Amino acid sequence: MKHLNEDELVLHYYGERQDPAVERHLAACEDCRAHLESLTRVLDAMNALAAPEPHETYGSRVWQRIAPQLTLSPARWWTGWFAPRRLVAAAAMAALLVAAFLAGRVSQRRQIAGLSAPVRERILLVAVGDHLERSQMILAELVNNESKGPVDISDEQQRAEDLVGENRLYRQAALKSGDRAVSSVLDELERVLLEIAHSPSKLDSAEFDEIRQRIETEGILFKIRVVSTNLREREMPAASVKAGRTL
Amino acid sequence: MEQSDATAVAQVRAGNPDAYRVLVERHSHSVFRLAFRMTGNEQDAEDLVQETFLRAYRQIGKFDGRASFSTWLYRIAANCSLDLIRARKRRQEHQTPVNEDGEEVGAALPAADPTPDRLAFSGELKQLLAPALQGLSPMERTAFVLRHYEGMCIEEIGRVLGVNAGAAKHSVFRAVQKLRKTLEPALSSARS
Repeated sequence: MKHLNEDELVLHYYGERQDPAVERHLAACEDCRAHLESLTRVLDAMNALAAPEPHETYGSRVWQRIAPQLTLSPARWWTGWFAPRRLVAAAAMAALLVAAFLAGRVSQRRQIAGLSAPVRERILLVAVGDHLERSQMILAELVNNESKGPVDISDEQQRAEDLVGENRLYRQAALKSGDRAVSSVLDELERVLLEIAHSPSKLDSAEFDEIRQRIETEGILFKIRVVSTNLREREMPAASVKAGRTL
Repeated sequence: MEQSDATAVAQVRAGNPDAYRVLVERHSHSVFRLAFRMTGNEQDAEDLVQETFLRAYRQIGKFDGRASFSTWLYRIAANCSLDLIRARKRRQEHQTPVNEDGEEVGAALPAADPTPDRLAFSGELKQLLAPALQGLSPMERTAFVLRHYEGMCIEEIGRVLGVNAGAAKHSVFRAVQKLRKTLEPALSSARS
């Protein structure tokens, strides 16, 4: 048997490869044993890097912190589009767009469908935040995919396609309300989503790298994260007074 | 009897948010350990734990039960960590030189050349470990932390990272290779 390479020794160290031939070779080969010992020394040394152990009540503390931010009913994949939160947001978005159209034709000062400005803003913030989060998931999945061979992105593509139309509505609404930071990020996001949606479903590694690099070079994930954080902060004061929506 | 993860997930999906408390209390410690090793910072780790559980709650409808809840949760935690690390790296890029892989040059190296005398003290040796881990690329670091500290097998790491087993294995190999390159000279000096 030829000498074991480093990758085989790593698998052996972690017990991922239980091969009697490897065991026999190690017993007989001094070079490979020395190589394994040196590898073991490094990996065993890494055990000294301890993570602080949180207090036993840590789980309860985490729960106390996040509980007020949980909605009463999390989205279900099959009811996602029909969840009350999204229906309200979608209805409000439709109302906003119709109202924006009417406002341009009838009166700039007209109130929109009886909704006060803070309520309108709150609904828009929730809807855009939700949209950004779903977009971020798709982009993160693509960026984190390290496959070397052909990559099937049909799932991400389908989801990107679903988000493009929604993105356009939110971008237009943000533009009309003068929120340039949000509209600018949505504009960049739309181009990336379109590129994903219009790519072939199966990409060779060069094509896939191109998409991944485009996402990384433009820093769109970071921009989404910043905008999402800002939206959440703007959402907070309104959320705290709406006790019915929180736990 | 202790409620299983699957039962708690089913209850949350049925509209009982209180059932989520069981999952948060059960998995907070392990998510914290993962987040800490990914970020090397306690405050960032605590923020990531919260972000992970909030994101998992919003997406619980998408959890299909093919993997265990903890694997699915780790995937979300790993993605949150990767986002944070990448965002932080971009902010630092203007100040810190990076190599062609986008990794910080010198991040895995100790502040000064370690001498055998210095490394005779295990405390000082430990000081080399955190920078060595932080010097790995985000993907390598995640794969290594999951394999080495969380004891996950390669297939499971692939599921967490959303890549195939080959890619996960490659990330672990590259991580070990870089750690050896950084730590082996220091360890050899300490032995001589």
